[in-house]
Amino acid sequence: MALFIEQLVNGLTVGAVYSLVALGYTMVYGVMRMINFAHGDFFMIGSYLGFTLVSSALLGGAIPLWAALIVVVVLSMAGVALLGVIVERAAYRPLRRSSRLTAVVSAIGVSIFLQNAVMLIWGPRYRAYPPWSVPSITWQVGGIYINFMQVLILAVSFGLMVALYLFVQRTTVGAAIRATAIDHDTARLMGIDVDQIIRLIFLIGPALGAAAGVLLGLYYRQIHFTVGWTYGLKAFTAAIMGGIGNIPGAMVGGLLLGILEMLGAGYISSAWKDVFVFLILILLLMFRPTGLLGERIAEKV
Amino acid sequence: MSLLELGDVHIAYGNVKAVKGIDLVVNDGEIVTLLGANGAGKTTTLRAISGLLRLQSGVIRFGEHELQAMPAHKIVELGICHVPEGRRVFGTLTVEENLNLGAYKYRNDSGRVQLGRERVYQLFPRLEERQRQLAGTLSGGEQQMLAIGRGLMSDPRVLLLDEPSLGLAPKLVQEIFRTICEINRQGVTILLVEQNARIALRVAERAYVLETGRIALSGESLELRRDPRVQQAYLGVKEAAGLS
Repeated sequence: MALFIEQLVNGLTVGAVYSLVALGYTMVYGVMRMINFAHGDFFMIGSYLGFTLVSSALLGGAIPLWAALIVVVVLSMAGVALLGVIVERAAYRPLRRSSRLTAVVSAIGVSIFLQNAVMLIWGPRYRAYPPWSVPSITWQVGGIYINFMQVLILAVSFGLMVALYLFVQRTTVGAAIRATAIDHDTARLMGIDVDQIIRLIFLIGPALGAAAGVLLGLYYRQIHFTVGWTYGLKAFTAAIMGGIGNIPGAMVGGLLLGILEMLGAGYISSAWKDVFVFLILILLLMFRPTGLLGERIAEKV
Repeated sequence: MSLLELGDVHIAYGNVKAVKGIDLVVNDGEIVTLLGANGAGKTTTLRAISGLLRLQSGVIRFGEHELQAMPAHKIVELGICHVPEGRRVFGTLTVEENLNLGAYKYRNDSGRVQLGRERVYQLFPRLEERQRQLAGTLSGGEQQMLAIGRGLMSDPRVLLLDEPSLGLAPKLVQEIFRTICEINRQGVTILLVEQNARIALRVAERAYVLETGRIALSGESLELRRDPRVQQAYLGVKEAAGLS
């Protein structure tokens, strides 16, 4: 039982990170009907920016460590959000009227470009967050152990997801995002600047991805310029699982995937944990491509 | 005084010419209708006015502004609102959210949005009862009310209505058109595209008849109703009856 609960907590932790990344896939798909294959690289660049910030003088001790880490997360989010907007403007907007395949090829091009840029800037070898970047505090709650990083990941991820959910569901601009996802032309007739909505999506998605990148970097410590593909694919699986285009679905899908992965790792073999994830992706694509929660359905009457 | 004016407008989809040089004037305060068979270019013309389609050539004037190079959201801000064919309400959003989006240009002025909703609920009390319901669950008539109400939320000077009677029962059509006249009395100029020529010619002061992308006839509704060509082609009156 202890193993089960422990793996559940581990699963929720990585799952929350997958959810953050999955939101970027699902929001871009929802509004543009396009899979942004460069999204995993926003995650990766977030983890590198976090690495540089953590290694710099920022953690000098002027403010408590947890607060400094939040500052690192916020700064990385801002940097990658800016990058996201630039990528949309340069690589996707000119292709808005071309076929979807063209946009996908452009996205793969962006991905290769970003990976190589990171390799040139930070080097081809694995980099590691310094050991002192995370306090080694562990709490014992009812027989199971929870460490500082798990609490930080859960707090930041759930905070961001709740904020996003409220923004999309409760504000007029959020309603404009949902309306644009349903029907671009009618959204335009409401006076909604669809280009601006797309820009906003490319600000929010990469920012969430960057937060995930910093958090996972701090959690596993090691980062590499190719991790975008691995984690991108996992988060993509989570997005499909929740029904691509469905925002709450991406949140649930990420958490579910993290839990399944960690239960598989705990009960079967941790060396096989990636296999479980991609097995799930294959099974979903074969038997339930609209996801477990169903597609975001726009009723056309 | 002319409020909206189209001058020698040409529109094409790829190589297919849909509108081949039309001139059209809508005066302040009027109801003008654009009649014609399927594929005559009526919807295309409305979509060009609201900025969803680009012209091949020609001008569209609204007051002192030229619209032909303007993005659609700017045109809404200037005061033209297009209620599209087939209603196109946002089905997974509530009635109230749909209305709020209609007032997107006033999104930072919640008092104004509130007033707009009250005005719409006065015209269509049924929408107020259903404000928390998803728009996709409304009946066809209610969706048409919502589409028109949503259009009014931007407080337009000109309302472009595309086939408001489409798919509605005759009694509902009467009701919708009574409301359209009421909206016009409140000072909104209306350009109406309709297949139902009989009712359109009853509410409109003037009419244009489009045939394969050109204006075939135009004039006062009263005259056009007596014109044998119109009677035969659009009002379903037999030739003999037209002559009698």
